[in-house]
Formats: sequence, C-alpha cells, structure tokens
Amino acid sequence: MQKLGDFKLPNFFNYPPYFTLQPVKDTREKQIQLWKELILDYCRTQKIFIVEPENFPLFTNSGIERSLSHEAREVFLSALVSEGRAEWMDKGHRKCLVLWHRIQDWADLVLRFVKDNGLEDSVMTVEEIRSGIESRGTELYGIDRTVLMRALKLLEHKGKLAIFKGTSADDEGVKFSI
Amino acid sequence: MAGKWLPAAELTGSGRPVLHQGEVECSLLSSVDLECEDNPSSSFPLLKSGLLIVTTHRVLWIPPEGTTAHAIPLAAVSHVFTSSSSSKIKKKSIKTMFSSPRVRFQVSVTSEGRVDERGTGSMVMTLVLRGKNSDSDSLLGKLLEAWRGRAWESGGGSGSGKFDGGSSSGGLRMPVVGVAGILRKEQEMWESTDKSLQDAFQDLNALMSKAKEMVMLAEKMRLKLLSGSNNQGSVANDEDEMGSKEEMQDWLLSVGIASPVTKESAGALYHQQLSRQLADFVKIPLERSGGMINLIDVYCVFNRARGTELISPEDLLQACSLWKNVDVPVMLRLFDSGVMVIQNKSYNDEQVLSRIKSLALKPEALRSGISASDAAIMLGIAPAMAKEHLLTAESKGLLCRDVSPDGFRFYVNLFQDINLDDMYLVKDHSAYGAWRWRERERERASICEQSTKRLQPGVNVHTSLLMYYGNHAELPIFFPALETKC
Repeated sequence: MQKLGDFKLPNFFNYPPYFTLQPVKDTREKQIQLWKELILDYCRTQKIFIVEPENFPLFTNSGIERSLSHEAREVFLSALVSEGRAEWMDKGHRKCLVLWHRIQDWADLVLRFVKDNGLEDSVMTVEEIRSGIESRGTELYGIDRTVLMRALKLLEHKGKLAIFKGTSADDEGVKFSI
Repeated sequence: MAGKWLPAAELTGSGRPVLHQGEVECSLLSSVDLECEDNPSSSFPLLKSGLLIVTTHRVLWIPPEGTTAHAIPLAAVSHVFTSSSSSKIKKKSIKTMFSSPRVRFQVSVTSEGRVDERGTGSMVMTLVLRGKNSDSDSLLGKLLEAWRGRAWESGGGSGSGKFDGGSSSGGLRMPVVGVAGILRKEQEMWESTDKSLQDAFQDLNALMSKAKEMVMLAEKMRLKLLSGSNNQGSVANDEDEMGSKEEMQDWLLSVGIASPVTKESAGALYHQQLSRQLADFVKIPLERSGGMINLIDVYCVFNRARGTELISPEDLLQACSLWKNVDVPVMLRLFDSGVMVIQNKSYNDEQVLSRIKSLALKPEALRSGISASDAAIMLGIAPAMAKEHLLTAESKGLLCRDVSPDGFRFYVNLFQDINLDDMYLVKDHSAYGAWRWRERERERASICEQSTKRLQPGVNVHTSLLMYYGNHAELPIFFPALETKC
C-alpha cells in the first residue's frame, strides 16, 4: 500500500484519471466526492488545518507522475467550502482552512474535555487548551488557534464560558461555567 | 403498362440510372412529360412530369416516385425535328405560344408498337417541358448532339451493353495470324495507348474529352491484373506482390465514375443528382472503413473518382445534406466537436462502444490507458474518428480521461466502482479489481527491478517485498506469480 508520510493512501490514488478534472457530470461529481473525503481524511490524521492549494503534498503523486491542475485544486477545495467543511482565508484563495470537525463539533469536544478533566468552574488560558498537559492525547492538542477561538466564541454565546483578556497581550483566558 | 411500349431502365438504390459501359449523361431536366403523338387514343400510358436524362446512348425518363424508369435507345431514333420546324409550330397560333415548349423526335417501332431500333414502323414522340425555366432549344441541342454522336456504335470494342448484344468485337479486324500477327497486335496496342496518352496531356480540353478513354484504359489494366494474378497463382506466392496488385486494382477502381453529374449537364437538378450519385458511390468506401467515413476522406476519394469534373467542398456538403429528403441508406452525422462523417443508417454506436470497452479492459490499457491512435489502430479507423468514438464513450461514462505531459489518454471509468464509505475497499470482480491487479503487477515489477539492482545475488527478493508491504494479509497470493516474474 502506498503511503504519504504515515497516511495510508487508497488504491485509486494511483489511477491517473483521478488527477485530471473529469468533464462528464456524473464522473466529475464522484471524483469531487472522493477528493473531498480524501482531503478531510488526510487533514484529520495529519492534524492539518491550513491547506495551501499550490503546496499541498496530497495533490501530487510522484509515483505515477501526476499532479492536479490549478483549476482542479480550486474546484475540490471549493467543494469543501460550499459544504461548510472548509473556508477560504483570503480573497486570492491561496490559503484554505479545513474543518474536518465542524465548529459545533469542536465546541462539543471542548465541553467533553472540560468535563473529563473536572474543569467545570476553572480558568484556563487558550494556549493551555491547545498545548497543556491535560489536552495531550486528545483531539484538542495542537488545534489551530483560529478554529479553537471560533469554537470558544460559540460556547460563550451559549453561556457556557466567558473569554477575557489575560495579563499578557497575546493570550486570552477562559472561565468555564458549565 | 409502359413496359409494353418502352424498354425499362435500371435504377440504383438512390434512384440514379444505371449507365451502360461508356455511357455519359449529357443533360438532365425535371418536370417533363413523355407523350406519343400518333396514337393518343391508344393504350400508350400517361408519363407525366418525370425526370428526363439525355445520355450519349439513351433518353431516360424517371417517374417522380422513382421506382421504374423507361429508356428510349438513341439507336432507335430515326429523326429529330429541329428547332426551325418546332418554332414553325410555335408561330402557328397564339394558343401554342402559351403552351409548354416541346421537343419532338421520331422513333422506330416494331409491328406491335414497341420502341426498337430494328423496328419497321415509326412513331413520333413528344417531350413536353412543363418546368418554369426549361429551355427547349438547349435540350434539343443536347439531344441532337448525342444522337449525331452515335456513341452506341463506337463502343471501342468494349461493347455498349445490350444494343449490340456483345457481337461487335472482331468484326472488321484484320485476322491475327502467327507470331507476326501477335507482334503487330502488340505494336498496335502500344501505339494506340501511346497516342491516347499523348493526346490526353496535350491540353486540358483534350484531357477532358479523353477522360472517358482514360477510365476505360484503367478498367482494362485492372482486368489484365486480375487475369494475370489468376494465371500465375501458383508462381506468385509472394504476398507483397499480391498486396501491391490488389492495391493497384483499388487505385484503378477508384478512378471509376464514367459519367459524373456536372452543373453543365444537370443544371438546376445538380445538387439533387449529385447527392444521389454520391450515395451510390460511398457504399464501397463505407464498407471498407467499417460503416463510418470522414467527410474529408470522402471529398478526396469522390473527386479522384470524378477525374476532371471536381466539385467544391460546399457542393459536397450540400449534396450530403440533401440525403435527409431522399430515401438513401447513408446519412451525414455531425459530432459535438464539429467533425462531420458519413455513416450507414444502420450504423450502431453501441457496437463500437462495446468494442472500445473491451479494448479499455485489456491488461495493457488498464495499466497505461489508450490514446486516440491506439484506438485507431485497434478499430481500423482514422485517428480523428477514433477520438470522436472515445469522447462519445467518455460522455456515456464508459471511459475517463487522463491529461498529462505524456498526452491525452483514456482509461476505463473506475469512479463508479469506488465505494465512498470505504475508500480502501476494492471488489475483486469489478473493473476496479482488475485495474488494481495490474497496478500491483507494475509495482512488483519495479520492486523486483530495484531489488535485483540493489541487493547482492542470493538475497531473497521476498524479503524486500515484505519490507515494502509490511505484514499485509494479501501478500501470500503474490508468491506464485513472483516465482515466475523474478
């Protein structure tokens, strides 16, 4: 089985037409579906949040010497964007934020993390949630800051916590009240 | 029944007359009535508004329905009433000025009243021109020219069909006796061939008038080749020679249209008649190319066969587009890409598609796809058309494309075989399974190659395979194949 890093690639990754944007409607729809799934799978296992379309290892297969065209890269990522599984981070579409968990799912993960660690009424910094001892081994470890802030804001909106400015300028604190 | 009075004329499948050897069309006119002047009350049938064709041998009349045609051999015509006499009739009264122009001629008939060159009696036939712009003078001129040309008499020894019953050859010739005779005959033949070649190339006009003889010459050469290959069948085992002979025959055959429809002879009926002639002509090239042929190829072949009477691409296109209105077995087809082809009406896309699919499932094609030229070779058609077929197969979801620096290739469509819920699942008895199998073979081959290069002799290739695949459950099934591979 072919691998990209420690990611196990499916068989069709060696199928040359997989790397050419198909013009026939039905075939193209299936192709887009397969690419969406593969991108999400790859990002999930590799903990990749930001994809640069022109510089994404998954879009090239050196084994069969095939690489997606610029147009195809844009089409596949845009398909994820239109489903709410990704967001373009700039107008030029040079960076794409991939949400292999939706923001709502990330918020649920934060809640479970808080409950599992008995932190219902404690205060934590955002940085602690991302890389603290408690989060080690959970999906929250190494989470993209933008994604985490969006999840926390959603929870704040629901009254589950309060975000406040910390003493140092670059970190914010979170007061849970579940 | 007109058949009782007039000999019948054969028609081709698309309603064109079947011409005798050496016969050439001179003039075509539509909406012409054929009347018999002497016995209007008799049982001579009403032949109303048909297509009239004057050839060098006959006057043909084809009814509008185009089922059975009638012919008056020019040999049976004993007199043609010239324009002065017909204009005298015109001047007789005002009434006749408004009536349709007529052309009259006298034919020999047998005692039963049947038109025949050996007949003793006579009868006056009248052609009534009902068409709007029909020019009776020009028709009369053409008729007179053809009649006075007496082409049916100078068959050149090749015979002119039914009129002389094939008994003309050898009538007036000097007897050929002994070696001297043979030599003289040979000499004569060379001289006459040489002369006709020289005459033909003197100037373009002469070439045009010699075109018919050139066609006959080609026909003769073909027959000679045919008989030659029969006689020396035991000696000429050389396949190359046979092949070149066949090719030569094809070339000579393709010279073939003795009486091309021209604007001059057909006038307003030009495109309609051209369309019918083309429909008859494309049958053989179509058969040879499997039921579909490129319009450009037809243009070349058709014009080559017409010799000097070349047609323009527009004329060809117009002739093809007229097929919609006529009952002919061929049709013009326009592909999405704009490529135009001629195909049999019975032509079936499904058949080609299933052939393409089986091509795409061949081991070689599974591994590296098929290009338009691969398909062209395997289907025996032109690459441009093979590409059209591949694109059709793609649009039906049979194939999908691979565009890379290596070129534009097609693979069998595996997308529908891939399971979205489990991307790693491959069903063995699907195209996907077959493809994966070939893919594995390729991988194994490259590993074997690397191993034999890198490893010292004696080191087991299996070890490196195990390193590559890990302890994968599928590995054992590779071993038998491996023993033979490496």
